Amino acid sequence: MTEQIIRMEVMRYRPEQDEAPWLQSFDVPYSDDMSVLQGLNYIKDELDESLSFRWSCRMAICGSCGMMVDGVPKLACKTFLRDYPGTVRVEALHHFPIERDLVVVLDDFMEKLERIQPYIIPRQEQALSEGEYLQTPTQLERYAQFSSCINCLLCYAACPQYGLDSSFLGPGAIALLHRYNMDSRDGASEQRMELVAAEEGVFHCTAVGYCSEVCPKHVDPANAVNLNKTRAAGDYFLRFAKPKGRCQ
Amino acid sequence: MNRPLKRSNAPIFWGLFGAGGMLAALLGPMLIFITGIAVPLGLLLPRSAMNYAAMLAFARHPLGKGFIFIVIALFLWHAAHRLFHSLHDIGIHGGTLAKLLTYGLAAAGTVIAAGALLATGF
Ligand code: FES
Repeated sequence: MTEQIIRMEVMRYRPEQDEAPWLQSFDVPYSDDMSVLQGLNYIKDELDESLSFRWSCRMAICGSCGMMVDGVPKLACKTFLRDYPGTVRVEALHHFPIERDLVVVLDDFMEKLERIQPYIIPRQEQALSEGEYLQTPTQLERYAQFSSCINCLLCYAACPQYGLDSSFLGPGAIALLHRYNMDSRDGASEQRMELVAAEEGVFHCTAVGYCSEVCPKHVDPANAVNLNKTRAAGDYFLRFAKPKGRCQ
Repeated sequence: MNRPLKRSNAPIFWGLFGAGGMLAALLGPMLIFITGIAVPLGLLLPRSAMNYAAMLAFARHPLGKGFIFIVIALFLWHAAHRLFHSLHDIGIHGGTLAKLLTYGLAAAGTVIAAGALLATGF
């Protein structure tokens, strides 16, 4: 494999000395099998150990290496330097406050994640002695796609509406919310509806669809958001027709 | 996101937008063809198909009235919603003023259309 040189323009922001983010250029030797993440690791190991970025699994599983590569939200470990002949620009994910260099502040998303109750809330609590909550392959299929989310936040960086108003619950959280609503073992979709139908909910979305385009796990959050628009509209108009409370 | 959640009224506008969009997609091109090309040029349809007497009769028939009203009102609501969100997208977050200029105009158009159709008589 021949070794080539690529110029990596990397966003730097060190709050104690930089007033605003800026781009620093590094010449990085690379081979065809090297990812953008490996390029960054080369910089950190050989050129400037002060560069900060998040990563862990190196195999598109942990979701920590999301960044803008030539302006497009990408996982650095799943993006290859060979696809950017000459120069590549690496910046922190759009639409999030920057903590340092390529590291963004995730607090807003973490809070949203908590609010969607991303866990199974059984319709009826089952005693241990009754065994597992069983599920057929068909029931699994209804939510399987939406369960592939790795919380990498590329969809948030892609979403123009989240960029304009970050009170929007956003594509990733809604896809995950939908995943639990669609699970036959879960009975909390009505609780989650409050959030879906709220001003922060699905109606922020203007069906741009870029979130689904950039999703590295093919979750299709745009589909989840738009399915929930229909559900929320149904809930809006039919809520008075629905029986209230529990039967005794 | 900590403030208490408020239910969004968007379903009303989103519903009108969706209905208008579907109608525009289904009927829009055909209406443009009939009213703008076919009848004025006498292509396929006789020019007399849209003369005053014919159109008056159409507007006086309950079904004709309903058709005209729905086409005007829903097209307007569709356009209003689209414009409102496009304004937001290009950075004009006009709030009440933007709402008045978009949804307000659609509402006014709806009322005017209804009034005119009623005034046409039966
Ligand atoms: S390092 Fe885990 S997803 Fe890239």
